[in-house]
Amino acid sequence: MSAGRNRLPTFAALIPGAALRRAAAVSPGDIRDAVRRSGLRGRGGAGFLTGVKWNLAAAAGGQEKYVICNADEGEPGTFKDRLLLSDFTELVFEGMTLAGRAIGGRCGIVYLRGEYRYLVPHLESILAKRRTKGLLGREILGVNGFDFDVEIRLGSGAYVCGEETALIESLEGHRGEPRNRPPYPVTMGFRGCPTVVNNVETLVLACGVAAHGPEWLRSVGTEDSPGPKLLSVSGDCTRPGVYEFPLGTPLRDVLGAAGGSDAKAVQVGGAAGVCVPRSQFGRRLSYEDLSTGGAVIVLGPGRDMLAVARNFVEFFNDESCGQCTPCRYGNAALMAGIEKLEQGRCSISELNDLLALGETMQLASKCGLGQTSPNAFRSIASHFRGEILGHGQGNGGGHE
Amino acid sequence: MSDRRAKGADAAPRAPMSQRRGGPDKTDFAGGIGGSVRLAIDGRDLQVPFGTTILEAAREHNIKIPTLCQHDDLCIAGICRICVVEVEGMKTLQAACAFPVTSPIQVRTHTRKVRQARRHILDLMLANHYGECYTCWRNRNCELQTLADEYGVDFFRFGRQTHRRYAVDNSSYAVIRDMNKCILCRRCVRTCIDIQEVGVLEAVERGGETRIAPYMSRPLGEVICIGCGQCINRCPTSALAANDPTDEVWEAIDNPERHVVIQTAPSPRAAIGECFGLPAGIPLTFKMNTALRYCGFDRVFDTNFAADLTVIEEGAELLLRLRESAQGDTLTHPMPQFTSCCPSWVEYVEHFFPQMLPHLSTTKSPQQMFGALIKTYYARKHEIDPGGIVTVALMPCSAKKFECNRPEMCASGFKDIDYGLTTREMAAMIKEAGIDLPNLPDSGFDEPFGTTSGSGVVFGATGGVMESAMRTVLEWVTGSRIENLFGQGQALPVRGFKGIKYAEIPVGKTGPVPAMIGGLFKDFRWMEGRMLRVGVCHGTANARRVLEDIASGGRFSSCDFIEFMACPGGCLGGGGQPIPTSPSIRAARARALYSEDEHYTVRKSYENPDILRLYGEFLAKGPSGMESHRLLHTKYTPRGKYIW
Amino acid sequence: MDPLDRHRLTAEVVMLAEKYGRTRSGLLPILQALQNHYRFLPDAAMQETADLLGLHPVEVYAVATFYRFLDIERKGRFMIRLCRTLSCDMKGKDAVARQLELELGVPFGQTTPDGRFSLGWCNCLGMCDHAPALLVNDRVFTGVTRESVFNILQGCRRALSSQVAPGRLEGPDVSR
Repeated sequence: MSAGRNRLPTFAALIPGAALRRAAAVSPGDIRDAVRRSGLRGRGGAGFLTGVKWNLAAAAGGQEKYVICNADEGEPGTFKDRLLLSDFTELVFEGMTLAGRAIGGRCGIVYLRGEYRYLVPHLESILAKRRTKGLLGREILGVNGFDFDVEIRLGSGAYVCGEETALIESLEGHRGEPRNRPPYPVTMGFRGCPTVVNNVETLVLACGVAAHGPEWLRSVGTEDSPGPKLLSVSGDCTRPGVYEFPLGTPLRDVLGAAGGSDAKAVQVGGAAGVCVPRSQFGRRLSYEDLSTGGAVIVLGPGRDMLAVARNFVEFFNDESCGQCTPCRYGNAALMAGIEKLEQGRCSISELNDLLALGETMQLASKCGLGQTSPNAFRSIASHFRGEILGHGQGNGGGHE
Repeated sequence: MSDRRAKGADAAPRAPMSQRRGGPDKTDFAGGIGGSVRLAIDGRDLQVPFGTTILEAAREHNIKIPTLCQHDDLCIAGICRICVVEVEGMKTLQAACAFPVTSPIQVRTHTRKVRQARRHILDLMLANHYGECYTCWRNRNCELQTLADEYGVDFFRFGRQTHRRYAVDNSSYAVIRDMNKCILCRRCVRTCIDIQEVGVLEAVERGGETRIAPYMSRPLGEVICIGCGQCINRCPTSALAANDPTDEVWEAIDNPERHVVIQTAPSPRAAIGECFGLPAGIPLTFKMNTALRYCGFDRVFDTNFAADLTVIEEGAELLLRLRESAQGDTLTHPMPQFTSCCPSWVEYVEHFFPQMLPHLSTTKSPQQMFGALIKTYYARKHEIDPGGIVTVALMPCSAKKFECNRPEMCASGFKDIDYGLTTREMAAMIKEAGIDLPNLPDSGFDEPFGTTSGSGVVFGATGGVMESAMRTVLEWVTGSRIENLFGQGQALPVRGFKGIKYAEIPVGKTGPVPAMIGGLFKDFRWMEGRMLRVGVCHGTANARRVLEDIASGGRFSSCDFIEFMACPGGCLGGGGQPIPTSPSIRAARARALYSEDEHYTVRKSYENPDILRLYGEFLAKGPSGMESHRLLHTKYTPRGKYIW
Repeated sequence: MDPLDRHRLTAEVVMLAEKYGRTRSGLLPILQALQNHYRFLPDAAMQETADLLGLHPVEVYAVATFYRFLDIERKGRFMIRLCRTLSCDMKGKDAVARQLELELGVPFGQTTPDGRFSLGWCNCLGMCDHAPALLVNDRVFTGVTRESVFNILQGCRRALSSQVAPGRLEGPDVSR
């Protein structure tokens, strides 16, 4: 939708082909160097330095190396990758090709969530177009040895497959259960080969870095969080949609742009993120403060915070892979606790136990899903303690 | 169908990577292969080989870190998280079992965060475990219970199960599943898929719904479970159990009309002490005989007698097959001949390699031979109504419970073996009777099966059947003492725990045909100078390797005789043996069996005078004769691997 | 199962295995193709797939039950999945759910007796800016209201009677 593009000036200014032409002229090491110096960090939420990731994969031994585009955008409240995949498709594939060039890999895989299957014909047509233009396939842009092609693989409805090792397990035909790490995918990933898994947005931004140099990214954002970030804004606001903001932007500004300034709280980072109360709307969206894959769910003045917590805990109860104890049983215990809270039967000591359990889940779970699964509950239960304890007793926080 | 299988594409180990520790990439580190790395655990400086896990390092230095999903026989899962520790510089806690040390790190094993996490993890498991410890057969032998005790669980922080959520699956003759007890450590999954490659159990569904189930959540009795019970041995709780007939056995003992006889296999006697607090590897053969009599069994027989019989029947069959193939007939009874005394192995072939059933020796297992003899030969000799005899078999095995219920196992006209008891169940009966097993006087076995050879006793260890068979067959064929061929008869290259073994034994000069098998052979000249090629393997994953090798015309296809045991280590590691099991426990049990063998005066089956008498008095046509075929041989059912 | 059907099914699985490779990596694409064709994974198909890829049937079953878009029970011609995650929840997914149940006469988790519609939940569809959203097979419908539920179902029924492929449903355009 063109309305979307207007909100994304940086992305809209990128011209497909520019990054690859530049990359074809320099060495793979130069590409990695540019990405490393740009300070580009993974846009999926974890914020790992893309340049470091690419360098590790480039240094790892092995004949075959893989570039995987993580298009398993399952985080509740996130839909910016959907926009990139449909409106900036060429740049996504270009970023993958770039990564392939940078690490010495010839195979790219887009792991597209099953929910986005309707995008497949579009993606395939763009792939065909790029092959025709010599931007994919053998000897890309006529460069000897620059071979790269992309295959699309579909997920089948499993949020955890957004976790990179679970994604790889899924590609290998297993249940999407995260692996033990180390080893990390950059040394032992898909089929045991060095693999970089990058978020859709990261790959698009890498195109910008390759085309315009590291300073292009650093022209906006903060020292540790350079560049723009796409935000998916939804919930109780008048103008939901995808927005581009420099990293480091205060939450308040985002709410202003999306028409959600009267919010009671904002869930930043989706189900795995934290709930930010009104008093903290001055906090900044950046890896140093509020780290996010881009989800901003606005919770209007009348929202029942316990219902919000319930929705997320239910989500994790369903989406946990069920492998490790803290996540599998922990979310079930949180659910039982929420039911008690709803009925006004949860004692303070029980609530404290649940909060401590949340800490254990954060510390002891096997993967990022489990580690972030209690975030929403913990932040809601600490910022809105009175409201949730008053639930079912008729003397709560005065909402509803 | 096996030709359509993917060839080597995703070869073993088969557990998902998620349940495996990947080796560290050694090229990344200056230490390199064979190097060592320093780490500190709780302030103690240690040096360990590069890539050692934190858990291994800690154990090596007697620092205790609790574990649950970890098992010495299995690949690393890193899923129960009870072993989490703090590694300096890392935001989250790390699973000690799955964290390879590749750079100098500081580890703390009992900080506030670690203690809290352990407590919470135990609290959560207890909240999902239907704990009925008083009535549980794993009471005081339960890893969850022990952890709760050792790590300070003092109340049910997150609640507890007050009713059963799942029906108990007792559809199988061998293995019972009670998912109310399951805490999803997935040891059974890794056992069934990795060690056995039978692939009956997997984690299904996800999130809060995750559970362990067979294909399509069908009852175990309806899927292709071979009943080996290895999953039982590795279950930390009582989610898996053997089908326990103790009550029926007591009832038979209590009934004065019943003549209750028990036969005891070699492996239980090498392990039952473990149930009474003794270290592994102390054989209690003759004390156990006394205990069984105190329990009320009317006769105590030694399965080794039937093992001797098996050696003779199987050995004769082998020679017959060898002669057939020497004469060019390789179709009727294809070579190599496979052993048939392991019921799980037999079921494995029936399900997964039905086309290979003709390779199986038709000889029954010692348990079933004995049953048929007790209700015929023994009954007649002692003028007891066979209908009033109750035959109990003390076995290290869960699949024996299935075997004795096979419909064809009624050669005596009755159910040849009425009940199979495991070592664990026998120990429980002895305890229930208030008998202090380790401190009993010795007593021997009952007649008319009182003499057995040492050959039978080594049946319990992998390679034992082969060793016993070779002792007899080689002496039959060459006419010279095996001691002259292989030192003390022990040097046969078939011992040890290597998964797959192969040996070549030169026959050399042949001798005259011994009287016992004189009816079968005129001479052995056709064996002159021949090489006997034998194979031994244990664990059905190894069995699969060997069968696939045979199917593709590999080295094992030129074998003459191959011993297969479904359980790792052979029967001494059987699914009915005391829990826990580990490579070192199994090695100790094997030492016990081999030391027993050395004490026997008769060490070759065919020299057993009671066996000679049996053939003289009862199985008059000799080995492989009509009567022995009726009572001591069986046939198999191609079952296939499809589950309908 | 009818032996003829069984034969056809086996042939189809063999074809799929050729297409996606007889390695474990081919498992999900094969199951997805089977799911698309049969609207669930027939028992025999899972066992054939296991055999072809050298897996145990229970491993295929374990994978099939892990992913929400794979079913081991037959589903309706139109699988309707309503997003239940927060943004859609806040924009009235409950009303849409009640309307769906009312129109179809079955509760969530079930299939209409005529085998045409199945109702189920799904987690975030990535359409939070146009909530509430639902999926009908592959097709996304956004900004769903009580009224549009009826229209969507009518579209499905029309598609059935005019033999239009379910991917070509009438209805509001897919929002990006």
